[in-house]
Amino acid sequence: MRNLVKWGAAAVVAAGLCPVAGVAGAAEPIKIGSILSVTGPASFLGEPEKKTLEMYVERINKSGGVLGRKVELIVYDDGGAGDKATTFTKRLIESDKVDILIGGSTTAATMAAVPLAERNETPFISLAGAVNIIEPVKKWVFKTPHTDRMAAEKVFADMKKRGITKIGLISEDAGFGKSGHDQSLAVVKEFGIEIVADEVYSPKDPDVTAQLTKIKNAAGIQAVFNFGFGQGPAIVTKNFKQLGMAVPLYESHGVASKDYIKLAGDASEGVRLPAAGIVVPEQLAATDPQKPVVTAFKKDYEAAFKSDVSTFAGHAYDGLQIALAAINRAGSTDKAKVRDEIEKTSGYVGTGGLVSMSATDHMGLSPSAFHMVEIRKGGWVLSD
Amino acid sequence: MFAAFLQYLFSGLTSGAIYALAGLGFAIIYNSSHVINFAQGEFIMIGGMASATLVGSGVPMPLAIPLAMLISMAAGIALEKFAIEPARNSDVVTIIIITIGASIFMRGAAQLIWDKEFHSLPAFSGESPIAIFGATLMPQSLWVFGVSGVVIVALWWFFNRTMFGKAMLATSHNSLAARLVGIGVKRVLMASFALSALLGAVGGIVVTPITFTNYEAGIMLGLKGFSAAVLGGLGNGGGAIVGGLIVGIAEALASGYLSSAYKDAIAFVIILFVLFFMPNGLFGKRGTDRV
Repeated sequence: MRNLVKWGAAAVVAAGLCPVAGVAGAAEPIKIGSILSVTGPASFLGEPEKKTLEMYVERINKSGGVLGRKVELIVYDDGGAGDKATTFTKRLIESDKVDILIGGSTTAATMAAVPLAERNETPFISLAGAVNIIEPVKKWVFKTPHTDRMAAEKVFADMKKRGITKIGLISEDAGFGKSGHDQSLAVVKEFGIEIVADEVYSPKDPDVTAQLTKIKNAAGIQAVFNFGFGQGPAIVTKNFKQLGMAVPLYESHGVASKDYIKLAGDASEGVRLPAAGIVVPEQLAATDPQKPVVTAFKKDYEAAFKSDVSTFAGHAYDGLQIALAAINRAGSTDKAKVRDEIEKTSGYVGTGGLVSMSATDHMGLSPSAFHMVEIRKGGWVLSD
Repeated sequence: MFAAFLQYLFSGLTSGAIYALAGLGFAIIYNSSHVINFAQGEFIMIGGMASATLVGSGVPMPLAIPLAMLISMAAGIALEKFAIEPARNSDVVTIIIITIGASIFMRGAAQLIWDKEFHSLPAFSGESPIAIFGATLMPQSLWVFGVSGVVIVALWWFFNRTMFGKAMLATSHNSLAARLVGIGVKRVLMASFALSALLGAVGGIVVTPITFTNYEAGIMLGLKGFSAAVLGGLGNGGGAIVGGLIVGIAEALASGYLSSAYKDAIAFVIILFVLFFMPNGLFGKRGTDRV
C-alpha cells in the first residue's frame, strides 16, 4: 500500500514537471540565484536588495532580456542565518541549476556560500561588506560594496587633513562593527593617527555614556570614530551630545541612511561620515561620471517603492548590471567564460563608484568611490 | 574623577531602570500563575512600536500612549485566551514553552503589521541634559525612574489592598482552594496577562525615546528583564527593581573602570554568584514543598 502511494506521488510530480521541462527546452532563461536576508536582523539590507533585483529583472525582461533570453530570478531568504545560506546556496546550485549567484546580504551568509560556489565553479557576486570576502582572492567570488577598510581609510585621511592625531574609537562588539574595528586598527598607523581609547558596546545597549565618558577623559583626544550600524550609532550620537563632547564625531558608512538622522535627531548635526555618491546625487559635480547613474537609480527606486533609496539597494543594482554585462560579453552562460568576463569588468560606472576589476582585485572600487559627507540641518552635505 | 564616577552611575541607573521595568512584568505573571512569560519582551515591543507608529502617523502623544497601552493589553488577553487557556491544565513547563512560541509569533506579526525599521518617540520633556556635579542625565531617564516607582507603588496597592489583587495572590498560592472560596480562576489568569501586558507597554513607551524600538526590541529587553527578575527573586516586584539596577550599574561601572569588552560577562558573573549562594534571588521566598 505504502509503495503504491509513493509511486502515485512520483507519477504526480513527474506529470507536474513535464510541461515545465518542455518550456525550458524551448527558450531557456538565464537563471540568477540569490540568497538574501529579506527578514531577520539584516532585513534592512536584504529587503531593498530583493526589491531592486526584482524590479530590474522585470524591466530587462520587458525590453527583451539578455542574449535574446529571459532572465529568471530565484530568491531565497536566509533570515540572517549563515547555516540557512549554505542550504539555499546548495539548492540554487544543485537543483535550481542557476548560472550565476548574486547575493549574500551579510558577510556571514556570503562566507557560508563561498566554499560551495568555489567547489561547483559558479560565479558569485556578493553584496556584503567585509574585506575578507575578496582577500585573499577567490577565483569565483566577487563583490560590489565598499569594504570596511576603505571606509576606515577615508575617515582617517579626512582626520589627517584636519590635523587630528589622537582619537577615540568606539565600536559595536559584533559583526560589522567588530570587523570595522579590526580594519581600523590595521590601517590607522599609516595615517600617523593614534587610537588612545578603544571602547566597545553591544548592539542593543540602551546607554553608552559610560564608554564615552572614558573616551572623553582620555588625554589629548581630538576626535571620536564610531563603527557600527542599526540603532547603536544613533544611541552613541545622542549620548555624545548629552555629554557635551566638543570634538568632532565620525561615523562609518554603516549609518549612511536617513533612518540614522531620524533616530539621532538634532544630535546628528555636524557628524561626518564616508558615503557613496548615491547618498548625495544632486550634490555631485556635473562632470562626475556617477551623477547620471545614481540620479536615475534613485529616481527609479523611489518612484517604484515610495521609500528612500539606500546604498544597499545600489549594491544589488551594481551586482546585477555587472553580471548581465559579463553574460552579454561572454555571449553565453558558460560559467568559466562568464567568470572571466566579470573579472575583466572595466570602467563600469555603478552606484557604488567606478568599478575596474582585475585578477588581483575582485571588487574593483577605488578609494575615490567614497565621499566625505557632513550632516547639516538633517540632510547630507558633501564636504570634499 | 568624581564626575566620571557619577556619569558611570547615571549610565548604569538609566540602563538599570529600563531592565527593572522589563523585569516587573515577569514578576507579576509569575506571582499569579508560576509561569515565566517569555513573551513579556514582546509586550514591551508592542507598547513601543504602537506608540511610535501612532505618533509618527500624526496622532498626538497624549492619545497615542493610552491607545498603545490598550493595543498591548488586547494582545495580552488574546495570548491568554487563545494560547494559554486551552492548555491551562498542562504543566507549567508546557505553558512556558507556549509563551516562547507566542513571542516568535508576535515578532513575526509585528514585522507584518508595522515594518522592520527602527522607530523613536520624542522625549517627554525635552532633550536638554541635566548637569549634576559635572555629570549629565537626560530628563527621559528621570521619567523611567519615576514610572518604575509609581508602578511599584501601584502594584503594592493592587496586590495588598484590593479584593481582586488578593484574589490573584490567592490563586497563585492554591488555585483549587481559591476556586472553592469563589474566585474565578480563569478570570484571574486573564487579568494577570492583561496587567503584565499593560506593564510591558508602559515600559516600552517610556524607554523608546532612549533606546528606540523595532520589531526585535523585545528580545534584549526580555532577556535583561528576566535576568533582573531572577536576580531580585522571581515574583517579587521590589526585587525586580533592585535586580535591574544592580545589573545596569554593574555593566556601567565595569565598562568605566575595567573594560567595556567584559561588561556583559561581569553582569552575568554577578547574577551567577548571587544565585549560587541565594538560589531564590535576593528577595525571593524560600521555596518549600509540602510532601
